[in-house]
Amino acid sequence: MALAFDEYGRPFIILKEQDQKTRLRGIDAQKANISAGKAVARILRTSLGPKGMDKILQSPDGDVTITNDGATILEQMDVDNQIAKLMVELSRSQDYEIGDGTTGVVVMAGALLEQAERLLERGIHPIRIAEGYEMASRIAVEHLEHISQKFDFGASNIEPLVQTCMTTLSSKIVNRCKRHLAEISVKAVLSVADLERKDVNLDMIKVEGKVGGKLEDTELIYGITVDKDMSHPQMPKQIEDAKIAILTCPFEPPKPKTKHKVDIDTVEKFQTLRLQEQKYFDDMVQKCKDVGATLVICQWGFDDEANHLLMHRNLPAVRWVGGVELELIAIATGGRIVPRFQELTPEKLGRAGLVREKSFGTTKDKMLYIEHCANSRAVTIFIRGGNKMMIEETKRSIHDALCVARNLIRNNSIVYGGGSAEISCSIAVEAAADKYPGVEQYAIRAFADALDSVPMALAENSGLQPIETLSAVKSQQIKDNNPHYGIDCNDVGTNDMREQDVFETLIGKQQQILLATQVVKMILKIDDVISPSDY
Amino acid sequence: MAIEKILKDDASEEKGERARMASFVGAIAITDLVKTTLGPKGMDKILQSTGRGHEVTVTNDGATILKSLHIDNPAAKVLIDISKVQDDEVGDGTTSVVVLAGELLREAEKLVAAKIHPMTIISGYRMAAECARNALLQRVVDNKENAEKFKSDLMKIAMTTLSSKILSQDKEHFAQLAVDAVMRLKGSTNLEAIQIIKKPGGSLKDSFLDEGFILDKKIGLGQPKRIENAKILVANTAMDTDKVKIYGARVRVDSMSKVAEIEGAEKEKMREKVKKILGHGINCFVNRQLIYNFPEELFADAGILAIEHADFDGIERLALVTGGEIASTFDNPESVKLGHCKLIEEIMIGEDKLIHFSGVEMGQACTIVLRGASHHVLDEAERSLHDALCVLSQTVNDTRVLLGGGWPEMVMAKEVDELARKTPGKKSHAIEAFSRALVAIPTIIADNAGLDSADLVAKLRAEHHKEGCNAGIDVISGSVGDMAELGISEAFKVKQAVLLSATEAAEMILRVDEIITCAPRKREDRM
Repeated sequence: MALAFDEYGRPFIILKEQDQKTRLRGIDAQKANISAGKAVARILRTSLGPKGMDKILQSPDGDVTITNDGATILEQMDVDNQIAKLMVELSRSQDYEIGDGTTGVVVMAGALLEQAERLLERGIHPIRIAEGYEMASRIAVEHLEHISQKFDFGASNIEPLVQTCMTTLSSKIVNRCKRHLAEISVKAVLSVADLERKDVNLDMIKVEGKVGGKLEDTELIYGITVDKDMSHPQMPKQIEDAKIAILTCPFEPPKPKTKHKVDIDTVEKFQTLRLQEQKYFDDMVQKCKDVGATLVICQWGFDDEANHLLMHRNLPAVRWVGGVELELIAIATGGRIVPRFQELTPEKLGRAGLVREKSFGTTKDKMLYIEHCANSRAVTIFIRGGNKMMIEETKRSIHDALCVARNLIRNNSIVYGGGSAEISCSIAVEAAADKYPGVEQYAIRAFADALDSVPMALAENSGLQPIETLSAVKSQQIKDNNPHYGIDCNDVGTNDMREQDVFETLIGKQQQILLATQVVKMILKIDDVISPSDY
Repeated sequence: MAIEKILKDDASEEKGERARMASFVGAIAITDLVKTTLGPKGMDKILQSTGRGHEVTVTNDGATILKSLHIDNPAAKVLIDISKVQDDEVGDGTTSVVVLAGELLREAEKLVAAKIHPMTIISGYRMAAECARNALLQRVVDNKENAEKFKSDLMKIAMTTLSSKILSQDKEHFAQLAVDAVMRLKGSTNLEAIQIIKKPGGSLKDSFLDEGFILDKKIGLGQPKRIENAKILVANTAMDTDKVKIYGARVRVDSMSKVAEIEGAEKEKMREKVKKILGHGINCFVNRQLIYNFPEELFADAGILAIEHADFDGIERLALVTGGEIASTFDNPESVKLGHCKLIEEIMIGEDKLIHFSGVEMGQACTIVLRGASHHVLDEAERSLHDALCVLSQTVNDTRVLLGGGWPEMVMAKEVDELARKTPGKKSHAIEAFSRALVAIPTIIADNAGLDSADLVAKLRAEHHKEGCNAGIDVISGSVGDMAELGISEAFKVKQAVLLSATEAAEMILRVDEIITCAPRKREDRM
């Protein structure tokens, strides 16, 4: 294979060290790639929808993750195959772009690959299939735009946002109190959102978790929590109307970067040095006090003496606060991060209505709450739950919900969920297929079939008869010309997703279709796989 | 073409039924392991560590047992985690929570075998858990208003908790200790303030609660052994050569005489520091750091009791007890708050000398001195006492109380059964299963006590059909008894946490249909 002959009939080698490489070409390569892609999709298929199941993932170090989130499952799966890695990338980019629908996109890509395999067997060239898919995806995306609806919401009317977040959360383990969590997510997003520019900076929302309590105890804090306590056990635990000095310089004697030596050779020098040192500590604390700070938050540690002086001058302090938290505190309280004591001025102090220390459970875990900040834009979602895995999973779910809420603020179009959008697209693509002359027609029809696989998986996971349910819903959609019929996963008794209040974001759905098509095109175009063979 | 391999070499994947079976088996195995420790007649376990010395721990505490296990099964890890959280949150019920979660899974396994979808089981369990919680809420007793009654409630809870532990022989004595200690905290859950000192020797009965504070330290040589009306300065400062903290400073001299001068200056500095400390008008000085011979001598000269090397917790507690503040600079004596106590003296417990502070200002902190025959006994006694203290301190905040001895489980099971009858659809099977899992707990308690569990539980069930029944299992006499009369109580908070976390964990494990295990990270073989 990797051997060619020149005009004199002598062999020459194209591929170096061919014995050590395995090589798959042509249709074999495509089939191998497709089956790998399908295998990944098969793993995620059962996680789709409100009745989807979870996966346990055990990391190389033996840590256990239990999750339902497609992106997380794939990320932790230790995938070796190249094509499978592409699928992992696919779900990750959906996660970065949209934050939700990471499972759906992989299932969709898997279905497209499955259809492509059949077409390949019938002898259709992969490039033609890829082109057909491309056309079909354009039709589908346009159709989605067509059936989408805009809805209004404002700071006072958050109900539609909450409903959409609830759809996202209902597929996670936290669906027991999805209403509560959805409200928290929406409120959090709204409080950091810039409605004018339609922009949301999710960095301003901090998601913290602490094991213990119930899921229902999860709360939204308009402010920041820091997993630290006061530097001196006898400092006040609660400060009202705090003026906060945010420092990145330690309460320690200066350590100039250049190498230097202070030589002591007389008794006088020894004594002056001592006095200087004392004065230094005194000055530092005095400076903080002078500008009117009532709380000092410092990135570094304190010397014992400085600590006592702080305590003595009635100036509570927190030490070893991480850089990210420090920034958040600065944003929230409107203060400036001060790198030197000399630069400390009253204007640079942050303000907070209430700072308090709170302890949990029987261990001496303490956290610092900074609330009623000058700039209420930074918020914290504080998650409680029965065990570590639960907290982690809740964090991921909340992240998804936050992303959904953000997408809605950016673009307030929605489509209906429960597979209704896919079914409707499938009908539209199917109808459009007949208009295309040429081989692409088959590919477009195959695309329509692939779209059906999402509602099919939903029905299957919900314990319904997949084919029966799907065909019933499809015919209902065509008969009533109503794109809102979907799969009734929760056994409510109606197929109309508008009545069930199951929404998804338009951009999320569009992105799913586009990304899945792109990856499938990429996989189809590969006709040669060269990899180092196992020795 | 062969099936494509998508995972790395050593990674494994288990799907569907097999995955579910693996997690059920793991969870049930863990449950069976700790099952026998449940209840007043539960047995202990010996744990031997693989580390150096092969240390041995004898315990009855679920969380301790599970913490020491090396487990590979992911579902089992979930159970261990909930028991750990239970320990952190409420401190007791660590065995019950695992047993309940395990029983829930055992029941679920049967349902899954009967072709009921796990999601249906989960929704049934959720309804049942909600219903069970409401049933408990209706039957709680809250004696917050009545201090006298509340105290007796606390006493009962402490006795119930301790009765399953090694301390059960002297449970009244220890319950009294624990209640007294917790009452002193006045509502705070900071158990740090209760110091437990373990001294081998004597018997468990010799353990006592001390009103004051005991520091496990010796008094410096030549210093007074007994001080009345002590004024105490609690400090955290260097009392060796007071280092110059300015970076890069070093001493460079060119002659011996200069060395002597500097040494003199150093001594002078220390003398000054001591003088400043003396300027506070104290007669006892406690430092967290080392005190060198020289300052110690100075203190001894001034007739001041100086104690060095008190650990950080000790210092904090001492500051808390005596009402002083922890000082590090001594320039303005008038503004430093000093601690006070009536009497400091050296006492002997067993063969060890300890320093005893009595008549302290703030009565929040106290010390419990445990005595016992061996280290193992003492360790286990400490764990048991810790459980009791945790439960009590939580109960002080959430004063709702329930009866014990399997009573809450029977109450819940009855209500859940009612619900099952009313619920249409497959869910009712799951709800019924939930009630069966609840009944399993009194069954196990009876089994562990060597009683005829089937007979007892049936009797109990019949009793519970009467309104307002207080029946539970009386393990001592081996029959059904009135729990209110026997004084067996449990804290509502503990029961609620058991119920909720067990359901949550069971739900989590049930939802799984696939286990993907990554290849274990290669490590150098250290053996």
